[in-house]
Amino acid sequence: MLHTVNKSPFERNSLESCLRLAKKGSAILLLEDGVYAAMGGTTVSDKVASAAKDNSVYVLGPDMKARGLAEGQLIDGIKVVDYAGFVDLVADNDGVTPWL
Amino acid sequence: MAEYDFDTEGVKKTITFLNRKAPYGTIYALEVLESVLISAAFEQHANIVFVDDGVFQIKKGHDTADLEMKNFLPTYGIIEMEKEDADEDEDMDMNWRIIVEKESMEARGLTPDDFKVEVEVLSSAELADVLATSDAVIGG
Repeated sequence: MLHTVNKSPFERNSLESCLRLAKKGSAILLLEDGVYAAMGGTTVSDKVASAAKDNSVYVLGPDMKARGLAEGQLIDGIKVVDYAGFVDLVADNDGVTPWL
Repeated sequence: MAEYDFDTEGVKKTITFLNRKAPYGTIYALEVLESVLISAAFEQHANIVFVDDGVFQIKKGHDTADLEMKNFLPTYGIIEMEKEDADEDEDMDMNWRIIVEKESMEARGLTPDDFKVEVEVLSSAELADVLATSDAVIGG
C-alpha cells in the first residue's frame, strides 16, 4: 500500500494519522505541503526518521524544489522521486491511501 | 437523460471510505458520503471508517436547520439499514462494515453510545490491517 500525505505536519494531523495507521513496510510519499515533514531539525523529524526505518519514505522533488527545500536538508533515508517516480510508486503498490 | 454503460458484471471490490474530517465545516464528509452511496448502487463491499475528527460525523443529535445545510445523519441511518438488509439477504453479496478507530473516539471523549449508528470499534493496529487489505481507499 502506498500512503500519500499532502498536508504540512505543522498544520494538520494527516502525517500523524498516516504513521499511526500504515502497516510496517508501507511506502509513504510526502507531496505538496507534506514535503515539510521530510526536513531535518523540526519537531516531527524524529518521528519521520523512525518511520523511515520501518517503511520506504519518499518525497516529491518538484514540490520540494518549489518550496526551497534542498536535498541536504532531508532526513536520512528519505528518497526523492520525480513525477515518473510517483507513477512508478502507484503502479508498484497495491492501492493508494490518501491522507488529506 | 444520458445513458451510461458500466460493465461491472462480476466485479467485486472492497472499498474503504476513510472519513477524517468533522462534518459541515468543509465539503469532505458529504463528498465521501456520496461515494459510499454510489458504491452501494454497484453492490460493492465497503468499509466505512471514521478516524480523527471524522468520528464527529456520526455523533447523535445533529441539527443543521439554522445553517441551512443538509443534515446527513439521517443518510447514515439509511446506510445502516441497507447494511442490515445486505447482512440478512443471502442472495446479496455485499459486505459492509462501519468502523470507528478507538484512539480517535477516546481522544474526543466519545463512546459507542454517542453514535447514531452501530459501529465496530477497532484499534489502530486492527484498522491498519483493514486499510492494507482494501482494494481501494477513498480519503476524505
